[in-house]
Amino acid sequence: MSTGVTLEFEKPIAELERRIEDLRKAAGDGQVSVDEEISTLESKLGEMRAEVYRNLTPIQRVQVARSSKRPFTEDYIRLIFTDFIELHGDRAFRDDAAIVGGWARLDGETVMVIGHQRGRDTKENLKRNFGMPHPEGYRKALRLMKLAEKFHVPVLTFVDTPGAWAGLGAEERGQSEAIARNLLEMSQLTVPIVATIIGEGGSGGALALAVADRVLMLENAVYSVITVEGCAAILWKADGKNQELRDRAASALRITAPDLLPLKVIDEIVPEPPGGAHSNHEAMATTLQEALNRHLEELRKYRPEKLVRRRRQKFLRIGQWSE
Amino acid sequence: MAWFRKEKKPRQPKRERLEIPPDTWEKCEACGHTDLREKFERNLNVCPNCDFHRRIRASDYLAILLDEDTAEETEMDLKSTDPLSFPEYPARLAKATAKAGDGDAILTATGQLGGMPVGVGAMDFAFMGGSMGSVVGEKIARLGQKSLERKFPLVLVSASGGARMQEGVLSLMQMAKAAAILSQLAERRIPYVSILTNPTTGGVSASYAMLGDAILAEPGAVIGFAGPRVIKQTIGQDLPEGFQTAEFLLEHGMVDAVVHRHDLKQTVGTLLRHMNGKPAATGWTES
Ligand SMILES: [Zn+2]
Repeated sequence: MSTGVTLEFEKPIAELERRIEDLRKAAGDGQVSVDEEISTLESKLGEMRAEVYRNLTPIQRVQVARSSKRPFTEDYIRLIFTDFIELHGDRAFRDDAAIVGGWARLDGETVMVIGHQRGRDTKENLKRNFGMPHPEGYRKALRLMKLAEKFHVPVLTFVDTPGAWAGLGAEERGQSEAIARNLLEMSQLTVPIVATIIGEGGSGGALALAVADRVLMLENAVYSVITVEGCAAILWKADGKNQELRDRAASALRITAPDLLPLKVIDEIVPEPPGGAHSNHEAMATTLQEALNRHLEELRKYRPEKLVRRRRQKFLRIGQWSE
Repeated sequence: MAWFRKEKKPRQPKRERLEIPPDTWEKCEACGHTDLREKFERNLNVCPNCDFHRRIRASDYLAILLDEDTAEETEMDLKSTDPLSFPEYPARLAKATAKAGDGDAILTATGQLGGMPVGVGAMDFAFMGGSMGSVVGEKIARLGQKSLERKFPLVLVSASGGARMQEGVLSLMQMAKAAAILSQLAERRIPYVSILTNPTTGGVSASYAMLGDAILAEPGAVIGFAGPRVIKQTIGQDLPEGFQTAEFLLEHGMVDAVVHRHDLKQTVGTLLRHMNGKPAATGWTES
């Protein structure tokens, strides 16, 4: 799993950022004027960021999607919504911190926000279990969705998980059932649902929050049926360190937003700032907020029966075969 | 859309079966008991010595569950394509078809169960490990659609390692597709019985397999979200004895009953009669 370290392909960007920073410090001493040089370097930095991010390979997108510098669910909650009040627990077993959710306001209107939550450091990741929920996390999410339905409030989800947790307790308490139940209930929820893949959309653990009227995907997010490492291991018996096979798996699986739009798995690609979402959390949040508002405005026009019918039809149409 | 197109006239199932002489000897995978193939088959491939439920094919489950000469296989023309141009997928499909037939990883049929019209889908582990791709999802959706139109109950027999990797996210979406059709059955109060056989894991278990109005499991079947190997790797220790077996799931409240293969048809029939065809109560006299 990626940490806060600079990604390989971002090193030239980081190097340039460091030079600008050094110049600023020098200028701070008031001995030399460096304004012109800084502005030249800054425009070069902008170009470099745009250039690097225009040509990301699938595996680079995986790395970006997993980066701990990227905005997480709680960052979007803070930047996009007001009056957030977190709701805890599944009322049956415990509170799962890998999923957060609660009431919030989007441009004055109440919504229910639910999302996977990763951690930025080891301590937080222990609490959040790297954004990998147990069954009680999915059951909490379902409880909040039903609560939203009760009060005719739309549901906004943020998907950001390597996958649902695979462990003894998760199996004992019915990980499969919890995910399956969400898929079924989300297929009949009578309020609008907009899901956004903000980072890594890992398999069933992601889908359990993503059966939605609109599925948005950030430009550098990924959405996959299996991790690229898992795929490489099964197909080519690759161990975790074989980068070439991992890269091949990332390309073969078609996990990027531009791959998934024509397959109708997602409805819209939300553009990221030139250097990726992590380069400017605020700008990313502003873009996403606009998209969420736009989709909610459209979805609010449908009466519940039609909303549900269209949502089901959307998923019933996905897939390719011959006959 | 394709799936509510007018149905083609269903053909009688005429699937090629490799004829193996009935006097071939076979060995129970669990206890090593050796017996005539014919004898195993007459016992529905349950070991006469140790009761181990051997893996059987989708066509066997259709034969077990449906009344004689009532089965009409549906959607026989649906075939997997290679939507992602995934490495080696066409070759894998060709190999699977040669080995397991051209029904992909599920056979769907309409027919009668104890005289009751039903739709039955049975997964075939022999076809790429019963993996669920677009064809599996579409066959289930179309069978569910028939079930809605003709108001007959649905029975699905699962045997799968999960979603089919070679169709990427399209396979993942089949979980949502199955849930979308099942939610319509639920809304119309049409019963759905799910039967879990060995193994039922991954995307199949986390979708229609765990959504039955009744969930039955064959004895000893491995059932879980993550496969035992993945969990072992994640937690770095050996799994407890009997972990993720049908009996374990029964104990943990995840299935309604563990049912012997000999009793499967009878049990499903009884369940469906309990749940099927009762109109909404009327004639209340107290206000
Ligand atoms: Zn035996």
